[in-house]
Amino acid sequence: MTVTETDRPAEIGSEPGSETGTLTVEVWRGKDDGRFQSFTVPHRANQTVLDIVTWIQRHAEPALAYRFACRVGVCGSCAMTVNGKPRWTCRTHVGKVAEDGHLRIEPLRNLPRLKDLAVDMTPFFEKWQAAEGRFHPTKTRHDPLSTISPSSAKRKAADAGIECINCGVCHAACDVVAWNDDYLGPAALNRAWTLVNDERDGGKRTGLDAVSRSGGCHSCHSHGSCVEHCPVGLNPTRGIAGLKRMSLVGLLTGDAG
Amino acid sequence: MIEVRLYAAQRLSAMVLAPLVIAHLILILLAVEGGLTAAEILDRTRGSVGWALFYGVFVLAAAIHAPIGLRNVIREHTSWRGEVVDKAMIGLGILLFMLGGRAVLAVVVG
Ligand code: HEM
Ligand code: SF4
Ligand code: SF4
Ligand code: FES
Repeated sequence: MTVTETDRPAEIGSEPGSETGTLTVEVWRGKDDGRFQSFTVPHRANQTVLDIVTWIQRHAEPALAYRFACRVGVCGSCAMTVNGKPRWTCRTHVGKVAEDGHLRIEPLRNLPRLKDLAVDMTPFFEKWQAAEGRFHPTKTRHDPLSTISPSSAKRKAADAGIECINCGVCHAACDVVAWNDDYLGPAALNRAWTLVNDERDGGKRTGLDAVSRSGGCHSCHSHGSCVEHCPVGLNPTRGIAGLKRMSLVGLLTGDAG
Repeated sequence: MIEVRLYAAQRLSAMVLAPLVIAHLILILLAVEGGLTAAEILDRTRGSVGWALFYGVFVLAAAIHAPIGLRNVIREHTSWRGEVVDKAMIGLGILLFMLGGRAVLAVVVG
């Protein structure tokens, strides 16, 4: 059977929708010493920035490298710099960000560039590990389940930061990350904050030590760029302030130091 | 942990500096009313335990606060790293304390 145009799975970049003119889209090509390539893309109703990038790859430049998976704001893989700001492209409507029908799409800031719009996320995840951003189990499958009250202050603090999708937008938005290579960054510190508030986690001591080293939570200037840009509305600044507070309490009680 | 201690020292010294800076500014405004003379200043400060404490604590707080802040600035905006920065900042703190201390002694003693 030959695959006809209609048999193909629906193309993300070409959903039905009224065409409303065209957009001029500049896309970063290459690695660090690359250049912008300009494309003219049909503008459709309810089009997202990811739709634009996909349209370019499908119709104009098959070699364009970029990353996405879920297309619905869950996986955290589609972040790029759009008109100078870090954004999740799959949930960013073109209508909201285009300036005079113009879009400039670049890879995410503060991470090594690989090709075109794809960056290497390795340093980002290494920082999660350096911040002890992983669960430290204290029980086995044979123990009864812990009972955690959803209304306890600690659980509420953890819940407030738990919905992170690891998109790296805050990491790209943070100037301290850009200035100080050692800085763990808002996402890793936000994760650490959820864990030190998790009553089931057995790594609080190591966690607090990990975020109190050079480049840890004390390097944050609380200027809130991470909060401003986090697409899921998390507040890493608040969590980082909490870690600073906790480390001070540890210092005073002789628990850290 | 050194970072926690420095963070605490930075905030504590800032809390000390804030009221002192305000008092200092008010004093400047009052002192320049009707002209500023060395005799007038020395009249106020000579042999005064109160002013000795005021300026002494001021100097100490600034000598703690400024090097910690400068250490952050250096680590963020230059490629200067490591123990040598810490040593230079300790040196700066001692220098500020000695220069400030000398000025306090000069207006209080005698
Ligand atoms: C009213 C008195 C003062 C208060 C309340 C104050 C407060 C602060 C605070 C809270 C920080 C930390 C900012 C951050 O980490 O994001 C800071 C940083 C700093 N302070 Fe002060 N300070 C005062 C006076 C001074 C004085 C008199 C000096 C200089 C002799 C000074 C020099 C610095 C420097 C160099 C920094 C580092 C800049 C930075 O980290 O962003 N401060 N100050
Ligand atoms: S508040 Fe802290 S973590 Fe957030 S952007 Fe500013 S320096 Fe970075
Ligand atoms: S905190 Fe927000 S911006 Fe940062 S990685 Fe998580 S979801 Fe993305
Ligand atoms: S593609 Fe999954 S969050 Fe955008």
